[in-house]
Amino acid sequence: MSAPPNTVYLERRTYRRRRMMDAARLLPVLGVLLFLVPLFWAPDPVQPAATARGMAYIFAVWAGLILASAWISRCLARTESGADAQEQSR
Amino acid sequence: MIGFNILVLVSLTYVALLFAVAFAAEKRAERGEVGWLRSPLIYTLSLSIYATAWTFYGAVGYAARSGLEFVTIYLGPMLVMVGWWWVVRKLVRIGRSQRITSIADLISSRYGKSNLLGVIVTVLAVIGTTPYIALQLQSVTLSFSVFSGELTALKFEDLKNTALVVAAGLALFTILFGTRTLDANERHHGVVTAIALEAVVKLVALLTVGAFVVWGVADGPGDIVRKIEASKIADWNLQGGRWATLIFLSAAAFICLPRMFQVMVVENADERHVAIASWAFPLYLMLMSLFVIPIAVVGLNLLPGENPDLYVLTIPLALGQDGLAMLSFLGGFSSATSMVIVAAIALSTMVSNHIVMPIWLNARQGGATVSGDVRNVVLRARRISIGAVLLLGYLYFHFSGGGGALAAIGLISFTGVVQVLPALLGGIFWRGATRVGAALGLILGFGIWAYTLFLPSFGDSFIMSAAMLDQGPFGISWLRPRALFGIEGLDPVVHAVFWSMVLNTGAFLIGSLLTFPEPLERLQGAQFVNVFEHSRNAPGWTSSAAEAEDLLIMSQRILGAAQAQALFQRAASGQGKAGYLPDTTPDFIETLERELAGSVGAATAHAMVGQIAGGSYVSVRDLMAVADETAQIMEYSNQLEAKSAELGRAAVQLREANEKLTALSIQKDAFLSQISHELRTPMTSIRAFSEILMSGPMSEADQTKFSTIIHDEAIRLTRLLDDLLDLSVLENGQVTLNWQAGSLHDVLERAVAATTTMAAGRALTILRNEALEDVALVTDNDRLAQVFINLISNARKYCDAKKPRLSIGIGQQGEAVTVDFVDNGSGIPRASQSVIFEKFSRVSDKSQAGGAGLGLAICREIMDKLGGSITYLPGQEGTAFRVTLPLAQAKAAE
Repeated sequence: MSAPPNTVYLERRTYRRRRMMDAARLLPVLGVLLFLVPLFWAPDPVQPAATARGMAYIFAVWAGLILASAWISRCLARTESGADAQEQSR
Repeated sequence: MIGFNILVLVSLTYVALLFAVAFAAEKRAERGEVGWLRSPLIYTLSLSIYATAWTFYGAVGYAARSGLEFVTIYLGPMLVMVGWWWVVRKLVRIGRSQRITSIADLISSRYGKSNLLGVIVTVLAVIGTTPYIALQLQSVTLSFSVFSGELTALKFEDLKNTALVVAAGLALFTILFGTRTLDANERHHGVVTAIALEAVVKLVALLTVGAFVVWGVADGPGDIVRKIEASKIADWNLQGGRWATLIFLSAAAFICLPRMFQVMVVENADERHVAIASWAFPLYLMLMSLFVIPIAVVGLNLLPGENPDLYVLTIPLALGQDGLAMLSFLGGFSSATSMVIVAAIALSTMVSNHIVMPIWLNARQGGATVSGDVRNVVLRARRISIGAVLLLGYLYFHFSGGGGALAAIGLISFTGVVQVLPALLGGIFWRGATRVGAALGLILGFGIWAYTLFLPSFGDSFIMSAAMLDQGPFGISWLRPRALFGIEGLDPVVHAVFWSMVLNTGAFLIGSLLTFPEPLERLQGAQFVNVFEHSRNAPGWTSSAAEAEDLLIMSQRILGAAQAQALFQRAASGQGKAGYLPDTTPDFIETLERELAGSVGAATAHAMVGQIAGGSYVSVRDLMAVADETAQIMEYSNQLEAKSAELGRAAVQLREANEKLTALSIQKDAFLSQISHELRTPMTSIRAFSEILMSGPMSEADQTKFSTIIHDEAIRLTRLLDDLLDLSVLENGQVTLNWQAGSLHDVLERAVAATTTMAAGRALTILRNEALEDVALVTDNDRLAQVFINLISNARKYCDAKKPRLSIGIGQQGEAVTVDFVDNGSGIPRASQSVIFEKFSRVSDKSQAGGAGLGLAICREIMDKLGGSITYLPGQEGTAFRVTLPLAQAKAAE
């Protein structure tokens, strides 16, 4: 999983894989931030009925996170199986 | 209207279907055809037991009461799955590599296999889950009563009977499929497949009801949006504290709930499934919550007076959609049953492993030696535990009176189980977490939860009176259960979550920082925290048939391939077998162990062989003994190494000192022999000529000649002694210098004059540049002149040119004035240049000048004392010396 500690420069594929791991770690942080955004919406005195809009926002973010997560986990799964095959062939 | 009997019939048919599916799945698994039974789809669907009857019915009721807030219950788990790389992936890897059977097992195993922690977590889980099971029973019985059409008229006693039947049926199913095997990896294919089917049923049911509401009751999405905006939940009144707290709470509960841990970690068949569930499960949750608000809004319009928790059922019934209502009923039934089944399995595993087994083993006191014996006890304990858990749930339902909004009980239960979170996360990310810290945090968090949320939830009762709720125990107002430390006005759930988590985490951290973990704890801690460095995707159990091969592999590592193979081949042929793999008879094991002991020590060999040849062969105590032994040996050898390095250093120092002493001794010997030689030569001639004078009469001329020789030799002797004395005085620093102002020119003049008067016959031309010599000095003029005289007379004596010439040059070098004495002789060979300033060193053996070789040594000492130096200047015409005088003293004279 982790490269020898003395490696400074990684092969391009491994480098991409590391960044994908970073993306997988960051995605929930982004999700938390986006889901906390509704807290900053001040109640609109003119048109207070905002539940429908709020629902639209929540589900849009939700769908976005699902797509991002699907893309990241696909990339990770693909490179992982590739890396496994490589290590076994060694 | 569907009759009650038809409903029961449908339910029974559905249950029979579930039994059949579970049974078929078990059969398939037994035949080894796991195939799709272990697919990511099944894994994702099994995670859906998170959505219980509480979410199936309760979410709509929740939305009807507080609008969008219901969605927080789904957002937390969704974020946990999206962030699978952080926690879930690690939990699954740890669960697989450590053969974890439950969340209590994980905590106990992480903190040094402490049974105390296992018991605490088990008790906490049972207390936290019991209301939840009661909730499921309540929702099923409520949905039954809706169909019987006499919700209001039906007596509570009748509901209780329904609940009892449901509980008994669930207990039967769980015992049948949850305790069939005692697999090391605790996987239940039948149960998992059945709950996957139930997950599909509840999703389809909710989506169908939702679609019916949107397109059947209302006129499509646009109309629904208008209805939402016109309803009483249209206003945007998000409570920030509750919103954030509930997202956190549901995320934490998703990890900590015993049943979630069971399906997520224990039943996981392949780590790659987690990657797929990371997006598939959020998708499932999104679909589950998509129609919640529309259903709630339509229900509020259509059935204003009814219990909003049951809109999913009552809307189709009210509109005469019996088939849809039946599907919806089955969805709710599925949600309730799947949760109860998995929760009962998880709890029974925990109860039997952490409470029943330790007690039983203790009672037997080591009598449990037959393995089949233990196996039966465990299975029986699990079956009884399942029954007991369901009975507890039923009793809670029975005595709590079946009231209360569903969501409230759900949140109370969540807050209870998330008390495990600090110990859990601390355990897998922080090696410093200790057992004491975990126990303190758990107990404190659990206590605060019970005090601030669980016990007050019973209302004014014998457990907690209304007076105590209002004024605090014994009137201590800052201990009021709903306003701890005087902080009032918080929502009770936010209040309880905040205080319990803060104090729990604080106790956990402080306890961990202040205590020292046991060795086993530290070992487990390292294995948990660094799980990705130690393990790959863990393979299944290796069967014990491969023992001999395993032993061979291990021996090869220790003894070397050739030797190990020879040993095994010998043993095999001794047993009459060909090849390298003998039967693992006790004899062979003993031989092998002895052989290995030669390399790694007896204790290690015993432990290593024991690990492979028989699982029960090695105990933790053995391993600890090995570790201790090794640590001691290592420490001892470290000490030895340090000592030997020290000795080595001392030896080098001694050798150096010895060399110095030897060199000094040689120098002293050389000096003594030189001195005696120098003294002896004049003494010999003096003695010889005195004897001649004494021997008899001789001519006047001879007498004069001989006495002159004696006189000359005596003078030479005196001069030598003077020189020696002078050198000794200079070297010991006893000399007193006579500092006075003077001029370089005067000193040189004096020196040249002195050397000319004592002229030893040879003519020496001296070239000077008198214009440059006008440098004022503060120095000892006599001593400086002595140096110059010595140099000039040396030139006179040793210069071997036909027309000897000496040039005296004056120069300035920074802060110093230099006086160079260069003659036109052949110079001093390079090899001698380094020794000319040593005592008694003479470049040639020509003793014509009669010097003892002390002159230059004296010069060097004088120049040192005057703050200057004298050096040989190579690369000149002939022999050249440079005298350097500090200019500072020259300036001081101006």
